[in-house]
Amino acid sequence: MLSIFFKRIFLAIPVLFAVASITFFLIKLAPGGPFDADRAVSPQVLKNLNEAYNLDASNWEQYVDYMSGLLRGDLGPSFRFPGRSVSEMISTGLPITFELAFYAILIALFMGVFSGVLAALKRNTFLDFIPMAIAMIGICVPTFLMGPLLVLIFGINLEILPVSGWGQLPGDKILPSLTLGFAYAAYIARLSRGGMLEVLNQDFIRTARAKGLTERMVVIKHAMQGGLIPVVSFLGPAIAGLLAGSFVVETIFQIPGLGRFYVEAAFNRDYTMILGTTIFFSAMIVFFNLLSDLAALWLNPRSRDAS
Amino acid sequence: MKNNSLWSDALYRLTRNKAAMLGGLILVLLIIAAVFAPWLAPYSYSYQDLNLGASPPSSEHLLGTDILGRDLLSRILYGARISLLVGFVATGVALVIGVSWGIIAGYAGGRIDSIMMRIVDILYGLPFIIFIILLMVIFGRNLWLLFGAIGAVEWLTMARIVRGQVIGLKNQEFVLAAKAMGVSNISMFRRHLLPNILGPIAVYATLTIPQVMLLEGFLSFLGLGIQPPMSSWGTLIKDGVESMEEYGWLLIYPGITFTITLFALNFFGDGLRDALDPKTSDN
Repeated sequence: MLSIFFKRIFLAIPVLFAVASITFFLIKLAPGGPFDADRAVSPQVLKNLNEAYNLDASNWEQYVDYMSGLLRGDLGPSFRFPGRSVSEMISTGLPITFELAFYAILIALFMGVFSGVLAALKRNTFLDFIPMAIAMIGICVPTFLMGPLLVLIFGINLEILPVSGWGQLPGDKILPSLTLGFAYAAYIARLSRGGMLEVLNQDFIRTARAKGLTERMVVIKHAMQGGLIPVVSFLGPAIAGLLAGSFVVETIFQIPGLGRFYVEAAFNRDYTMILGTTIFFSAMIVFFNLLSDLAALWLNPRSRDAS
Repeated sequence: MKNNSLWSDALYRLTRNKAAMLGGLILVLLIIAAVFAPWLAPYSYSYQDLNLGASPPSSEHLLGTDILGRDLLSRILYGARISLLVGFVATGVALVIGVSWGIIAGYAGGRIDSIMMRIVDILYGLPFIIFIILLMVIFGRNLWLLFGAIGAVEWLTMARIVRGQVIGLKNQEFVLAAKAMGVSNISMFRRHLLPNILGPIAVYATLTIPQVMLLEGFLSFLGLGIQPPMSSWGTLIKDGVESMEEYGWLLIYPGITFTITLFALNFFGDGLRDALDPKTSDN
């Protein structure tokens, strides 16, 4: 178990290094400098700006400079917001995005596992069909449509929830979290239904029933542990999807999180910000994938005993 | 390839599946609508009736007009061209890369296989949406780049599926016999391996199209995809959201169209999977 962990970490480091390098040189390929879009500045000013941001050095020098900064956790200054560093902007946006993602995952797990397990237990009854039909809706209605629709219904027509913001008005965290969580609830419902159906037919479940355990104990203690492994393995990749979802949700609800910073940086061609957040996102996703793989390994008795 | 029993069996099962047939029918209608959009659309997608502005659905404009007085029905029809084109072309790109990668890795086996699949594993763990955004920012918002970028992301699962299938096939007698007869690698792929894995490929391709369309919609919604005056369903939804408080129909109709299309694709894909692989359709 521990050796797998170290092996995976060992593999992740060169991958992240490669991601950082490729992103760095990709951005160097971009046409035009970061100050081109501003009002025409005199050549002297441009020269000073380039000097201040070390843009007149050779690409190789800038690369070495950037990578050594990266090792110290310094992602450089933002081109668009003078005086602010990329690390600083990430650390202001991150807690908000994390909180949003946390609520979304909670909603997704609760709704998804509950309806998926229920559907598997009551297979081919309306308690199976209805949750699965709703899950299909969750998969087919994209986040960028679900969010505005929820706003239209609960915010504008019924006027019971705020339409935007984060932590300013009571209840303004509900709609964003629901929007982001719903799509994942749908996937998790399908995965847990499939996983449970597979497990429920197995011999150890029959044994547990034969021992005279209550149906509740059979489901919770025996079936769910194995049946939910697909859900646990899904959580790692889901983090990547949540991140993309946060771009949309934070844009719709005007939440000052990391996702919105990223989209704005993409619009403003704030290259250092794009570079920094890309590396940061990659590191986070590699880390969460690692975590969910290990959790799935640990839950699966076969692989747990083998190591 | 002759109509052997697997395919006719599958076709029989598919025609018995009502949801899949309905999905298929909707898809055929949509494709016809997209191809013949210039003849079907009552107006041009860029024609502006400035006297109208945003008007609700009426007999002249069945789905109303947008803020610039453009007919919404026509824009949805033209949008279908872009959205479906992205769906099919990007899936095609993913198909070509994924199938070749999977066949080579599975057939070669050994070291080559483990290196190639390790690359797939590593790429799986990276935030690709961010790289697509990065490419769009750096190289401009170009339609062909969008196709390529999305296709280059979606091939990974295809490569895994194909590799698994090829490994299952490679030690069967007919493949060994073909090898013993000195069949070249190229014709081995084309004549012997590819026809036998067409089923899973078709299923996965059908299920990739809605994912690709979602991705395009997502990018266009953020303003990083299709650029005006061209419109995809993603950009129409984006425009609809901006004015949904006053002009709800501008969000509702493109939203319904997009959702129904995704439903149709998913139902058809699920039906195809059940038809071609009855083993998995039990649960």
